[in-house]
Amino acid sequence: MSLPNPAVLITAMARELQAHLHTQHIDNPRFVGIHTGGVWVANALLKELDCQEPLGILNVSFYRDDFSRSGLHPQVRPSELPFDIEDQHLVLIDDVLMSGRTIRAALNELFDYGRPASVTLVCLLDLNARELPIRPDIVGATLSLEQNQRVKLTGPEPLAIQLQTLDHL
Amino acid sequence: MTPPSPKCPLQLNDQGRLRHFLSLDGLPRSMLTEILDTADSFLEVGARAVKKVPLLRGMTVCNVFFENSTRTRTTFELAAKRLSADVITLNVSTSSTSKGETLTDTLRNLEAMAADMFVVRHAESGAAHFIAEHVSPNVAIINGGDGRHAHPTQGMLDMLTIRRHKGDFEQLKVAIVGDILHSRVARSNMIALKTLGCPDIRVIAPKTLLPVGLEQYGVNVYTDVNEGLKGVDVIIMLRLQRERMQGGLLPSEGEFYRLYGLSEQRLALAHPDAIVLHPGPINRGVEIDSTVADCARSMILNQVTYGIAIRMAVLSMTMSGQNEQRQLDAEKQESR
Repeated sequence: MSLPNPAVLITAMARELQAHLHTQHIDNPRFVGIHTGGVWVANALLKELDCQEPLGILNVSFYRDDFSRSGLHPQVRPSELPFDIEDQHLVLIDDVLMSGRTIRAALNELFDYGRPASVTLVCLLDLNARELPIRPDIVGATLSLEQNQRVKLTGPEPLAIQLQTLDHL
Repeated sequence: MTPPSPKCPLQLNDQGRLRHFLSLDGLPRSMLTEILDTADSFLEVGARAVKKVPLLRGMTVCNVFFENSTRTRTTFELAAKRLSADVITLNVSTSSTSKGETLTDTLRNLEAMAADMFVVRHAESGAAHFIAEHVSPNVAIINGGDGRHAHPTQGMLDMLTIRRHKGDFEQLKVAIVGDILHSRVARSNMIALKTLGCPDIRVIAPKTLLPVGLEQYGVNVYTDVNEGLKGVDVIIMLRLQRERMQGGLLPSEGEFYRLYGLSEQRLALAHPDAIVLHPGPINRGVEIDSTVADCARSMILNQVTYGIAIRMAVLSMTMSGQNEQRQLDAEKQESR
């Protein structure tokens, strides 16, 4: 399978995001990236948009629904939102949307900081494998993978997409 | 009850992750660093509007305190609540054991309440270890202080305080001053500092309050406080444990203050940016002067805040280790 080039996708996503925000009459959105891949994509998007706004970072480890199965990630880093989110329009950015569970966790975490006016979801890749009713507003590319395949974003400079094959499935 | 064997892997699961938290002895540096990193993340949670994460939702943490405590008990309670666990606290010192129930019987009763974790404080060294050995599998035991042996969460919260305010342990001179003999905090601190690579750990006390065998901790012993405090970056004062003293160790509290108490003059011997720690409760005018306890370099109240984050880290990491072990056991069962 040929994998898309993230740089090309981000150029197109920036354009679409601008159009989307314009349609929704959102002038001053706050940007939040999900640790770690989402933060890389967010930074690339902000650069493409020539936007100097500070980026919020979410680490959803404490909100995951698989703690009883997978436990705590040993390299958990603090979330950091350098702005108040109350009544703000947020753009939430992640690298890969698969089941939607990470986004669910991120939304739960965001609401512990306050009540945003809206949340726009931006994902670099959608793997078309959603288990929850969560759909991105802006998506770079949609990939359909085999059951034993996963994609991984490497970065931050340059961003690249790798295909991985899981042996034990 | 005998104190536990120091290097016992009882507190680790088959993957080498924490499943109980009994002592810092034998834990690798990477694990202490992981506890500090995780606690750093939880500190941020304490600064939010909603100071709660759903990590331990549906789980029950049982605080079993066979010995009085205010700070440790309440910060463990708060930590468990901020992780969304349900918490019950039993002051066993005022209940069944005083009516003659054995530790094992008390424990069986608590198990029947289906708790997922026990935080145990006990006046006997090795009590938490004993309970961890006898409790049913998949229940995590956290040592909230056992006799003179260990107080590992206090040790780690002191390390978090030092790391956040002084940085790299490998560049630091740290003095531990006061009643070393009766102090489980001192033991946990010495082990943690050594593991984290602190090159100059100084222990300062009168001879009567120094335990035998201090060499094993790789510390420098001073009986002259003015000599020991010279140029240190961190001063950890210990509480004079009057309730554990059986006479004759000290002429008087006034004498102790005159010889070892941390006054402004003595603090001036340390590095100009030195910080002062104390596990609390403080005896003003006995081991520490009020002006020092209340000065900007005193970390005493920061320690309480950091204590909640450390306890959140330890509760979630041990529960994570228990979950992992449960799965490993299930896989073993399946492959049989």
